[in-house]
Formats: sequence, structure tokens, C-alpha cells
Amino acid sequence: MVKPTRVTNSIRTLRFAHGEMTQADLAERIGVTRQTVIAIEQGKYSPSLEVAFQIAHVFGVPLDDVFQYPESE
Amino acid sequence: MAHQEKRAWIMLVVTLVVYPAYVVIVLRNAADGPLVDVAYASTLLWSIGIAIAANIVLDIATSMGTPRSEYKADARDKEIARVGDLTGQSLLVVGAVAAMVLAMLDTNQFWIANVLYLGFVLSALLGSLAKIAGYRDGFQTW
Repeated sequence: MVKPTRVTNSIRTLRFAHGEMTQADLAERIGVTRQTVIAIEQGKYSPSLEVAFQIAHVFGVPLDDVFQYPESE
Repeated sequence: MAHQEKRAWIMLVVTLVVYPAYVVIVLRNAADGPLVDVAYASTLLWSIGIAIAANIVLDIATSMGTPRSEYKADARDKEIARVGDLTGQSLLVVGAVAAMVLAMLDTNQFWIANVLYLGFVLSALLGSLAKIAGYRDGFQTW
């Protein structure tokens, strides 16, 4: 069993705030498959730092607005 | 389902079909005689060839109608493939060591060839299962 990540993300919210961008559109813009975008949104895959920055650039927001990590243990 | 996950399923299913078929054929050819007297080599090579061909044909069949953007392996696919292959290789090493020991013990080549083949089969099964688990249960790099 894979240890679940504590990293959460707001990609779904950001997509809807950006003209209801589809997962396929986002996938195409960051050069991954739609299944990978789905996995990232569901917290089943933590992307590389480069892909994380690419997602933030697509939405024109800082990385912290896309991915969050809880402060306390 | 990601195309690379389909590939892992294909590898799993083909291996689960072809290897047992090979074992059944060898056992049938042995009848009541000793296994080491069975002419296994051509059956073994045919089963490997059929498994490779089936993987290729099924891969092409599942690729049809899939857009290239979905077909091409991305960073996640490559990471899952790397971990899956590494996991599978552990059993390949076990098979190789077992074959080495059998060779040093002057065991009949039937057993050496078959323990190596079993190592390949178990490696393919474990590697495929690890990849499928990576897609199904999640895969974290952070």
C-alpha cells in the first residue's frame, strides 16, 4: 500500500475558475496525459517540481496556490 | 485507463495464459516418463515467441483510436515503469542465482533452462502487478 501524500491541490478549482478548462486541455498544455492530470487532482500522483511549476504557470498563480502542504504534523 | 496501464495488463494476462500453456504441454509430452527427457526447447522458444507477438498485437490493437497525446508515455508513466521494472527484476535475479546454483551442481539442463524461464515469467508478473498498483493505488515521488 502506497503511503498517501499530505500534499493537497486546488487544480480542480483553478480549472473551473479558468473558463472551465478541461483536464484534457490542461494535460495538453503541460505535456502529460489526461490520466496523469486526473491522478494529480485525486492526489494519487505527486508530479515532478517542473510539472508542478508548469501547472502553476498555466493558471498564472504561485505554486502555493496550486499545491498546499499542512503546517503541523 | 492510461495506455501504459493497459500495456501492464496485457503483459500480465499474456504471461498468465502462455506460461501455464507451456507447462501443460511439457507435462503432457512427458506422459509418465521423466521430465528431463522431454524435448522442451522448441516449446519453450515458441511460447516466448508467442508471448512477444501477442504483446505486440494486443498493444497495437489497444492503441488504435487512441490519440497520440494519450498513447505516448509521460513522466508519470516512465516513473511507474521504472519502479515496476526494478521490482520485477528482483525475481529475475533470484532465477539467475538459482540457475547458477543448479549449473554448479551439474543439474540437468532442463531444470536450468526452466528455472531461468520461470524467473523471467515471475519477473514479468511481479513487474506488471507493481505497475498496475502504481496506477491504481497511486504513485508518490514527494
